[in-house]
Amino acid sequence: MFEAIAFYLFAFLTIAMFYITVTTSQALYALTALAAGMIFISAFFFILGADFLGAVQIVVYSGAVMALYAFGMMFFDTTREVKEKNGNKYLVTGLATISAILVVLIFAAPIVGDNITALYPVTEGAGNTQEIGIVLFTKYLVPFELAAVMLLVAMVSGIVLAGKKMDLSLTLMSDAEITDMKKEINKKVLS
Amino acid sequence: MMEIGLNHYLVLSTILFAIGLIGVMRRKNLLMLFFATEILLNSVNIAFAAISHYYGDLTGQMFAFFVIAIAASEVAVGLGLLVVWHKRHNNIDLDSMSTMRG
Repeated sequence: MFEAIAFYLFAFLTIAMFYITVTTSQALYALTALAAGMIFISAFFFILGADFLGAVQIVVYSGAVMALYAFGMMFFDTTREVKEKNGNKYLVTGLATISAILVVLIFAAPIVGDNITALYPVTEGAGNTQEIGIVLFTKYLVPFELAAVMLLVAMVSGIVLAGKKMDLSLTLMSDAEITDMKKEINKKVLS
Repeated sequence: MMEIGLNHYLVLSTILFAIGLIGVMRRKNLLMLFFATEILLNSVNIAFAAISHYYGDLTGQMFAFFVIAIAASEVAVGLGLLVVWHKRHNNIDLDSMSTMRG
């Protein structure tokens, strides 16, 4: 009973928030609605008993990713209007086809899924985080390490891409050079 | 209707996926395109978690965890590219990005 109420409430809220994200023309509204939708999605994880995923969803998405987007939005002129074409007939056809295929797959999935046996069944007497730890550090150790390496590569590439002119080091410059540079910057600002 | 089954979650996931797909296809602002991509990834995560719950298998939760990690790295690289593009061309309009066209 309460599960059904929670499901329908959060489903409505999530769909509304993501609809706002996709349709609004203001990037700031889109960002805020996206952050709210991410938090509502974590509710589904808690309903489904995946407590660890729910916590990760809040920490990573609503915390880290949204902060990164908010930081990135400072660089861009998001208030500028971008022309968008509507009523593309290929778009409508493609979307209709894809959703039809997806609906068929959805109603076929439980029929096919009756034969599925759990590869890594839920451990008795362990919390969700402990279960995930057991599977993650035995069967999925290599993918886990690869994900860590990929995050490192992404961090380095983000710094390299966004941080041009990084060879300019204030610690290695003499005081005279720094004052010269300050004068040039002031000239640029004042002119 | 009051009993929530696997199909409910799959239908919800499909609706969210369709919303994200509309966003990816329609928007011309690259920042909005990234937002729509996040919606796509999240809808798939819901499906993973639901299937993991209803079949008593932890693999779905593992994959959702990896999807979240990959999405985080995607945001870092994508925003770096976006900053570089905005520095050079002073816009983030998708239609202007045709320099690699043959």
